[in-house]
Amino acid sequence: MPEPKNIEICVLRYHPEHDPEPAWRSYQVPCTDDMSVLQGLQHIKDEIDGTLGFRWSCRMAICGSCGMMVNGKPRLSCQTFLRDLQPGPVRIEALAHLPIERDLIVDVGEFVNKLEAIKPYLIPREPRTLAEGEYLQTPAQLERFEQYTSCINCMLCYAACPEYGLNRDFIGPGVIALLHRYNADSRDGGQAQRQPILNAEEGVWSCMAVGYCSEVCPKQVDPANAVNQNKAVSARDYFLRFLAPKGAAP
Amino acid sequence: MDVAEVDVAIVGAGGAGLRAAIAIAESDPSLSVALISKVYPMRSHTVAAEGGAAAVTQAHDTLEAHFHDTVAGGDWLCEQDVVEYFVGQAHQEMVQMEHWGCPWSRKPDGHANVRAFGGMKIERTWFAADKTGFHMLHTLFQTSIRYPSIRRFDEHFCVDLIVEAGRVQGLLAIEIASGGFRLIRARSVIIATGGAGRVFRENTNGGIVTGDGMALAYRHGVPLRDMEFVQYHPTCMPGTGLLFTEACRGEGGFLLNKDGYRYLQDYGLGPAEPTPRNKAMELGPRDRLSQAYWHEKRKGRTLSGPHGEVVHLDLRHLGEKRLRERLPQIYELAVQYLGVDPAAAPIPVLPAVHYTMGGISADGLTAAPLAGLYSAGECSSVGIHGANRLGSNSLTELLVFGRVAGMEAAAYARTVPHGAPTKIGALAEEARARALAILARPSGGERIATLRREMAQSMEDGCGIYRTAAAMQATCDKLAELQQRYRRVQIDDRSRVWNTEWLLAIELGFLLDVAQAIAHSALSRRESRGSHQRLDGFAERDDAHFLKHSLAFHDGDGPPRIAYGPVKITRSQPGTRAYGAAGEQADAERRAREDVHA
Ligand SMILES: Cc1cc2nc3c(=O)[nH]c(=O)nc-3n(C[C@H](O)[C@H](O)[C@H](O)COP(=O)(O)OP(=O)(O)OC[C@H]3O[C@@H](n4cnc5c(N)ncnc54)[C@H](O)[C@@H]3O)c2cc1C
Ligand code: SF4
Ligand code: FES
Repeated sequence: MPEPKNIEICVLRYHPEHDPEPAWRSYQVPCTDDMSVLQGLQHIKDEIDGTLGFRWSCRMAICGSCGMMVNGKPRLSCQTFLRDLQPGPVRIEALAHLPIERDLIVDVGEFVNKLEAIKPYLIPREPRTLAEGEYLQTPAQLERFEQYTSCINCMLCYAACPEYGLNRDFIGPGVIALLHRYNADSRDGGQAQRQPILNAEEGVWSCMAVGYCSEVCPKQVDPANAVNQNKAVSARDYFLRFLAPKGAAP
Repeated sequence: MDVAEVDVAIVGAGGAGLRAAIAIAESDPSLSVALISKVYPMRSHTVAAEGGAAAVTQAHDTLEAHFHDTVAGGDWLCEQDVVEYFVGQAHQEMVQMEHWGCPWSRKPDGHANVRAFGGMKIERTWFAADKTGFHMLHTLFQTSIRYPSIRRFDEHFCVDLIVEAGRVQGLLAIEIASGGFRLIRARSVIIATGGAGRVFRENTNGGIVTGDGMALAYRHGVPLRDMEFVQYHPTCMPGTGLLFTEACRGEGGFLLNKDGYRYLQDYGLGPAEPTPRNKAMELGPRDRLSQAYWHEKRKGRTLSGPHGEVVHLDLRHLGEKRLRERLPQIYELAVQYLGVDPAAAPIPVLPAVHYTMGGISADGLTAAPLAGLYSAGECSSVGIHGANRLGSNSLTELLVFGRVAGMEAAAYARTVPHGAPTKIGALAEEARARALAILARPSGGERIATLRREMAQSMEDGCGIYRTAAAMQATCDKLAELQQRYRRVQIDDRSRVWNTEWLLAIELGFLLDVAQAIAHSALSRRESRGSHQRLDGFAERDDAHFLKHSLAFHDGDGPPRIAYGPVKITRSQPGTRAYGAAGEQADAERRAREDVHA
C-alpha cells in the first residue's frame, strides 16, 4: 500500500430535520495517491461520521450519481483525485443551483421530469417489424448523434449553467442534448413532436451561450453545441410558421 | 403507512426490471405496474457493463453453436432446455433493442456489428462501443417512459416481501428521501435486484450490488441455487477492482507475465498466435484465465504493485486510433485512474469478483417455488450459466428473461385477487417495526464498515479462485461470528430523511445472508467445476455425485441447509471442457459423434 498522508476535507453539511441552514465541517482524511474524492468521503462515512449523506454507486464515472461541487467546480467525485487537490483543504458542496435534500444530496426529480417531458425515445420514421430485422444505419449516420447518447444524467451542466441558476424552469443543457440525440437519429421521425418544447420560453432561447456546461461535462457530450444547433432549428421553425400554411411541407 | 395497490410489482429497475416492466405494459396496458428501485433506474449497475450482448447473428453461426458454447462454458451445470430457449430468443431481443433506439455499433453496410468474446466460438456479441450496458440501460429507461401504466418508485428501498396465504402479495419499501414507509400491494412480484459481488473485497460491482433480492426471497423460504459459483474476471484494476472489459482481448489484447510472456499458452489455452482466435489464449473462458493468474503468482512470475501482484494487459499493438474508436471508455479509465496511456504502456491488471452465477431458484419461466414470485437478471438462477457464465450472455439474459418474467407475472396476476388488506397491513407493520429497530439500537456496538470489511476479506480468503475445505470452513465460522456481531451493529444516524447509514446497515444484513449461502454451498460441493475449483483432493469434476444444482435454504438463525436438485440434460452429455487447440479437437470429435447419432 502507498504511504498515506492526511488531507483536510471540508464538507458543507445540511440536515433539514435540524439545521436552519448549511454549515461547514472539516475532516482529516488519510489519503494515498490513487484515492478519489469519493473514496475520501467514504472514509469519512465509514470511520469518522456515519451521518454524512452522498450518492454513489459505480465508482467509474458512468452511473452519474456522484456529482458535487469540488473546490467550487461541478465534478464527479469518483473521477476527481485527491492527489490533484493537494495540499488541501478540499471544499465539497452539493451541486450548485439544485435544491439540497440533505448534505451532498440534491433533488433529481425536477431533472427527471424534464427528461420525461421531451419524449426521449425513438419515434420511428417508418414502422418496422421485428421480423424485418434492424433498421440500417451507417457508421456515419451513427456518428451524427452518438456523442449525444453519452450523457450520464449527472447534472454537472446544470450546476454550471448560469441561466438555470436564475430560472429553474429552463429545460437545461443535458436534457436538450438528449432531445437532440433523438432528433438527430436517422431512425427517428419525432422532431415535430419535440419542437414545441424547444421553442417555448423555457426551451433553447433561454440559453445565454456561456458554454460552461460543455466545459464541465465529464463525457464530452458538448451540450452547448446541441443547444446551438437547436437554436438554428428553432429559428427556422419559427420562420416557417409564417411562410407555410399549417400542415404543408416546408 | 402509505399504501399503493398494483397488479405487478417489480423490485429493481436495471436491465432486467425495465425489460419486464415494458413487456407487461406493451402486452396489456390495463395492468398496473410498480417499478421500485433504490436508485434512479439509470444508475442501476447494468450501466457499467462494457463489452456486449450475445446473439447468433452471422450467416455462418448457428443456435447450436451458441448452445454448445454456453453449456460447455457452464461445465454442464446448465438447464439445457432453458439455454435452448435463450439462444433462440436472443437475436430478436437485440433487434427489439435496436428498434427502441439502442445505438449499436454498425458495420459499413448499416447492419449491427458483432465482436468476439471469451468462450464464444464465433463472433456474436452485439456492442455499443465499450458502453453496451450503459446504452442498453438508458435505452430501456427512456423507452419505459412511453408507458403510463408503469408507475415508478424511484429511490425506494425494499426491506421485505409480504407473503400471506402461501403467496407473495406485495412488499414494504422505505421512501429514502423522507424515511417513510410505503406498502406496495401486488398480485405478483418480480425480483430483479442484480448480483451480490459486494460480498467480496476486490470486485467490479457498484456499491448498490448487495444481493438484496436474493436475501429477501431466501428469508421467505425460497432456495438460492448454485451460489458457490462466483465469477472472477481476469482483467481488473488493482485497488478498486474496476473492470477492463473482455472486449480488450476480443479486440486483440495480450496478457503478459513479468517476463513479457503470454503465459496462457502454459495452461492448455495455446497455441499463442498474433491475432485472437476464438476460444483460445486471451479469448479462453474467464475461470481458466483467472486460475492461470493464480498459478503465475505462485510461480513468482507476476509483478508486484502497490495493491498486490499484477500481470499486464497489453493493448499497445492495437494503436491509439483503434483504441479510441473501439475502447474509448477503457482508454479513459486507464489514463485517469491509473495514469497509464494504453497506447504507450501495458495496463496492470488482476482478477476480481465480477458475477454471481447462482441466485434465486427459478424454473425455465422464471417462477420461484413461492406462488406469485418471479425473478430475472443476475439475482435469478434460471439456469443458463451453470458453473461459469460466458461473457456477454448476461446482458442478453436480462432481455430474454426480463420479458419472460414480465409475461409470466402478468399472467399470474390476472388469475388471483388481492389479499385481505388487514392481514397484509399487519404483516407490513411487523416488517416496519423490524426495520425501525435498527435505528433504535443502543450506541457502543459494532461499526458497519468493520463488519463489512471482515466479511469481504473472509470471503476472498475462503471462497476465492481456488478453495480448500479448511479455508472455506474458516469462512463459514467467521460468517457465523459476524451474524452474531451484526445484532449489535450500531449507527450514528438516527434521523429519517436520507438516512443512508440505516440502509447500509440493512444491506449488510442482506450481504451476510448471501455470503453464508455462498460459503456453505461451496464447502458442500466436493468436486471442482467451472468457477468452483478445489485444491484439497477434489480437483476433478465428479459427475457421479455432483452433476446437481446446490440449493441453499435459510434455516433460522443457523447456517443454511444445503440440498441438491437435478440438472436438465437434453442434447449435450457432459464432456471435456477444453479450449485452444485441444478444444478444437474436442469439438470436432463431438460433432463426429453427433453425426453418427443423427
Ligand atoms: C463492470 C461490469 C461489466 C459487465 N459487462 C458485461 C458485458 O459486457 N456483457 C454481459 O453480458 N454482462 C456484463 N456484466 C454483467 C451484467 O452487466 C449484469 O449481470 C447485469 O447488468 C445485471 O442486471 P440486472 O438488471 O440483473 O441488475 P442491476 O442492473 O444491477 O439492477 C438492479 C436493480 O435493483 C435495484 N435494487 C437492488 N436492491 C434493491 C432494494 N433493496 N430495493 C429496491 N431496489 C433494489 C437497484 O436499484 C437496481 O435498479 C457486467 C457486469 C459488471 C459489473
Ligand atoms: S450533458 Fe454532460 S454534464 Fe450534462 S448531464 Fe449529460 S453527462 Fe452530465
Ligand atoms: S459513482 Fe457512478 S459516476 Fe461516480
